[in-house]
Amino acid sequence: MSAQPPTRITRRFKELRRSGELGLVAYITAGDPALEASEQIALALAEAGADVIELGVPFSDPVADGPVVQRASERALRCGTTLGGVLDLVKRLRTKTQVPLLLFSYYNPVLQMGLHEFAAAAADAGADGALITDITPEEAGEYRGAMRARGLDTVFLAAPTSTDARLKMIAEASTGFLYVISRTGVTGTKDALAEELPALVRRVRAATALPIAVGFGISLPEHVSLLGGLADAAVVGSALVAEIEKAQSAEAAAKAVATKARMLKEAARRGISRREPTR
Amino acid sequence: MTATSQTWPDARGRFGPYGGRYVPETLMAPLEELERAYEAARADAEFMALLDAELKNFAGRPTPLQFASRLTEHLGGARIYLKREDLLHTGAHKINNCLGQGLLAVRMGKKRIIAETGAGQHGVATATVAARLGLECVVYMGTEDMERQRLNVSRMRMLGAEVVGVNAGSRTLKDAINEAMRDWVTNVRTTHYLLGSVLGAHPYPRMVRDFHACIGREARAQILAAEKRLPDTLVACVGGGSNAIGLFYDFLGDASVKMVGVEAGGRGTGLGEHAARLAFQAGFSGARPGVLQGTYSCVLQTPDGQIAATHSVSAGLDYPAVGPEHAWLAEQGRAEYTAASDEAAIDAARTLARIEGIIPALESAHALAEIILRAPKMRREEIIIMNLSGRGDKDMEILSKYL
Repeated sequence: MSAQPPTRITRRFKELRRSGELGLVAYITAGDPALEASEQIALALAEAGADVIELGVPFSDPVADGPVVQRASERALRCGTTLGGVLDLVKRLRTKTQVPLLLFSYYNPVLQMGLHEFAAAAADAGADGALITDITPEEAGEYRGAMRARGLDTVFLAAPTSTDARLKMIAEASTGFLYVISRTGVTGTKDALAEELPALVRRVRAATALPIAVGFGISLPEHVSLLGGLADAAVVGSALVAEIEKAQSAEAAAKAVATKARMLKEAARRGISRREPTR
Repeated sequence: MTATSQTWPDARGRFGPYGGRYVPETLMAPLEELERAYEAARADAEFMALLDAELKNFAGRPTPLQFASRLTEHLGGARIYLKREDLLHTGAHKINNCLGQGLLAVRMGKKRIIAETGAGQHGVATATVAARLGLECVVYMGTEDMERQRLNVSRMRMLGAEVVGVNAGSRTLKDAINEAMRDWVTNVRTTHYLLGSVLGAHPYPRMVRDFHACIGREARAQILAAEKRLPDTLVACVGGGSNAIGLFYDFLGDASVKMVGVEAGGRGTGLGEHAARLAFQAGFSGARPGVLQGTYSCVLQTPDGQIAATHSVSAGLDYPAVGPEHAWLAEQGRAEYTAASDEAAIDAARTLARIEGIIPALESAHALAEIILRAPKMRREEIIIMNLSGRGDKDMEILSKYL
């Protein structure tokens, strides 16, 4: 691993640690409502200060997602979005922005493309890594090898139910950052963060030196401010996707998500990040 | 018995390349906990005795192995025996697994159980066991299935279960499983997911198989008593594949016993018109190995990995993936898989009703359609056992259109 040059993701988290600023990871479903719209929206998010953009690959059976992202997946599939199409989107984005791009997918579309074919195509397109919702380190041997060979990050999830032994395994399998699920459940917004979250993040911190991003249920500036003292980044998904769902046009959607992202990034800048020396 | 055929799955939940555990991280520790609890329970003589007593006194085991003398005469070939799982309490084999997992849930201290259901038989069995054991019960069911299996919806509600309609996707079994998984991932600390077939992440395919293996164990002893020899052929319908594996499992080591799984041939061989995942030799298209709902198996899907729509007149067979152990039995050539059309299943149901006085579930009628094709080509001294996995009361609304 040390032979690989660091990805844009790793470099961005290094910069964030140096500045003591909480990062903002922004999720959108690619192809919602169309791939051309996703291009505009992603560029607007990058412009608004998103530190990493997660591009969701729509899947027919998104078991880890709540209703907002489920509907987004349906819209994206209805207009014919495929994994190949999402990779083309990455390629187009990469000619216009250097924002770190993480592919966010269920396993089956990746498996059908072929793990090595996927890694090669993602690297060629200019993606920085992937997060596969429904594989854990146990089943990820070949996938990790394929990704590593192309210099791509593999981000894995840590959950409130993960034991310390599992956290250690997840930390070993992850590169770029580690994604902590804030509560048991599916994606979607909630009023308050789980009370158990600080203890969970501390357990993850004990298992890894990687940056930690916290997601699921984060939608408001006060959530982001709270995370400032705790994590390296906040992941916002359903709250952005809901803006896209409400918008009447691609331009309006891009504007709405940018406004939301700017507000959240402002809170992130105001929040006090954890003050540990950079490693 | 060969040792190898009976030692699957391996420690990682694999049947050859199939099976495994493909779920969001939140479910991993709970699945590990479930696996440990199940291992402990099956090694505990007291637990197994309790389960056996419930199967006997509450569910009605052992079920008869009936010689279908008039059907045998009518088809003019092999001697046909019916394993009468339709006579169990709630009307299908599903209760075997529900009692096993229900008692396990109690042992694990879970107060709430959730389930998915297609035809409603698993939902009814789950609601029944929840009532028997004093557990809260929520059943997820596609709204299309609620429409075609209305009687079972009422039965579940009568038993005190909450039935939640699922309006996503094809509004059938697959979508009900998605919604049950979302519930489980949210309430995993208090809730046991009582999955109803040999599907999902390890240890479900193995555990559900084990809870249904009593079907084949009994059938083996019963046929040896009746005919002094093993059967030549076993036939069962395959949706997820729980009743089929329940019948097959105890015979896997008997090389002379042929096994035939019958999938839903629906109304055509094109993708979207059927639910045949393993019967590709019969020309059904669209199945490839893939991952759906926790397990790696044969899945009906588009070239870019989206799960395909399926069709069957039978809600219990209307599902795009198949249990991983069946995929492995098919790959090894140990079992053969074929499909029966909607029409053939309905004809078969009518035949059994009129010739043997039994109205079968539309699911089981698919197996019967295969018997009707196969038995006349077999010699008169050959023996077939068919798993009559459920009774047809729930299907009367559909069947009454064909009277």
